[in-house]
Amino acid sequence: MAGRIDVSIEHKNSPPEPGGSKKHPNTCPKCNSHYRDDELAANLRVCAQCDYHFPVGALERIEQLLDDGSFIEEAADLRSADPLGFFDLRSYKERIAEAELKTGLGDAMLMGQGKIEGLDFQLTVMDFSFMAGSMGSVVGEKFARACERAIERKVPLISVNASGGARMQEGILSLMQVPKTVCAVENMRDAGIPFISVLTHPTTAGLLASFATLGDITIAEPGTLMCFTGPRVVQQTVREDLPDDFGLAESNFRFGHLDAIVRRRELKPTLAKLLRLFGHVG
Amino acid sequence: MSGELELKLRDRLAKLKRLHLPGAGISDEVRRIEQQLEKMDSGDERDEDEIWRSVEFARHPERPYTLDYIERLIGDWIELHGDRARMDDPAVVSGLGSFAGRTVAVIGHQKGRGDAVQRVKRNFGMANPEGYRKAMRVMDIANRHGFPVITFVDTPGAYPGVAAEQHGQGGALAASQAAMARLTVPAVACVIGEGGSGGAIAFALANRVLMQQFAIYSVISPEGCASILWRDAGQARKAAAAFRPDAVHCLELGVIDSIIPEPINGAHSDYDEAAKLLGSSLRATLDELKKMSGKDLRRDRRDRFRSHGVFAS
Repeated sequence: MAGRIDVSIEHKNSPPEPGGSKKHPNTCPKCNSHYRDDELAANLRVCAQCDYHFPVGALERIEQLLDDGSFIEEAADLRSADPLGFFDLRSYKERIAEAELKTGLGDAMLMGQGKIEGLDFQLTVMDFSFMAGSMGSVVGEKFARACERAIERKVPLISVNASGGARMQEGILSLMQVPKTVCAVENMRDAGIPFISVLTHPTTAGLLASFATLGDITIAEPGTLMCFTGPRVVQQTVREDLPDDFGLAESNFRFGHLDAIVRRRELKPTLAKLLRLFGHVG
Repeated sequence: MSGELELKLRDRLAKLKRLHLPGAGISDEVRRIEQQLEKMDSGDERDEDEIWRSVEFARHPERPYTLDYIERLIGDWIELHGDRARMDDPAVVSGLGSFAGRTVAVIGHQKGRGDAVQRVKRNFGMANPEGYRKAMRVMDIANRHGFPVITFVDTPGAYPGVAAEQHGQGGALAASQAAMARLTVPAVACVIGEGGSGGAIAFALANRVLMQQFAIYSVISPEGCASILWRDAGQARKAAAAFRPDAVHCLELGVIDSIIPEPINGAHSDYDEAAKLLGSSLRATLDELKKMSGKDLRRDRRDRFRSHGVFAS
């Protein structure tokens, strides 16, 4: 799970970033510091010079956050079908197969049980490198099951999100995952189960319009792009320069949409504290 | 087409035949599904032209909008304005009125018709977070006083603006759905034009989702899909044919519960007739939901959406 994750959610033809060619994934895009993979991993994929938070895959995220060996994966066998027989420049089936090979994951979300400092909870973790973390039927189903499992087991749910939004290749069914996950959260709320939503770069569009913003507690890592509409589309619409921090966690915090911005090395202790505070449920 | 879809369709047909509802559109729908199954047998697909016609009709500048239907269907109408925090969003209309002998709350997207001033005033039916918060306020009134909620969905999408983002567009869309998921009164959504993505779904978490014959309902606009996947917005027709935003396809997938027929040349050709057809479907649907308790309505709504999705395991 080396940090080879392309987090550009912008158009492939958009003008290149000032500064030119694409950087090595282990080169900090903010300060140009370069790291060996092992030293970057040892520092939780945070730039030691400027605190830039590199993207983290789902498996590595679990390693970073959970007590060793405490993750028990559930619903691992779910795989995307191709309900529309969708074909754009390539077939959806081919895109899924390629993403599976690239990431070693079955879809853009891992779901299961985990522990932090011995405290039990249900967990969903998304992986942006699997088709931009897009939410299709599998992600929606895994999240709904996570809520149901949290209710059954009377434990909190923590979701660590990273997604470009709905998976267009599943058409309207991907949009239906939005209300489906909202309903799952509502059932959990009725059952008195705490829900902690962690937003990581980027969490946009369909995710923000569904479960990601419905946490009892909603926190984000620094620099997380969390907007419903991406900067390129907004810029085309309003035809003026966007604020420098447009859509970022820092802007969202200022406008009151986040409980806290938590740096990656503080994330595990913060989640532990929240799990202790919410205590035993049910 | 996949065998799975055919199974779903047959299942849906069986369910419809068991219902025996007096509502308009039900028998039409049975016929439609049967025709669709026949087409499947012969391996025939609806062609690009037919789907594109829906896209054009759904966005027709003369298509009736929420207020046109309210004027024709809702008595004692009183519009309720403002979200009580920041502003009144003209892209969303909400209020109370009477329909089929009972008080109902009506919420819908509203586009402006005619000159640019009118269309800009309504922001082309693209709501800001304040519009969704106004809607939630009216949903709450309806819920506390036992009024059924009727929503009209007609938006290209939630407004993509700087202030919209700063004021929490994504969160407002999620909260609006959550508010609908909590209702203990009947909720019926009607897709009457463009059912554009997150902006549409915010008003569509209903017990029953109806859709007009030439409306569209999709996760992204054909142009948006084309520009991302084909890298060319000019391929919109092709994109629409690939993700099929038309009513028949939505019915096949169980995303909507029934198709409301339109006048033969589209709703824009005859507002009164379009409203009459919409009204009778709405009435039949509300009658059907009347028998359910508040708790059952809530459960029914959540279960309905829980079942969406196609995957393998």
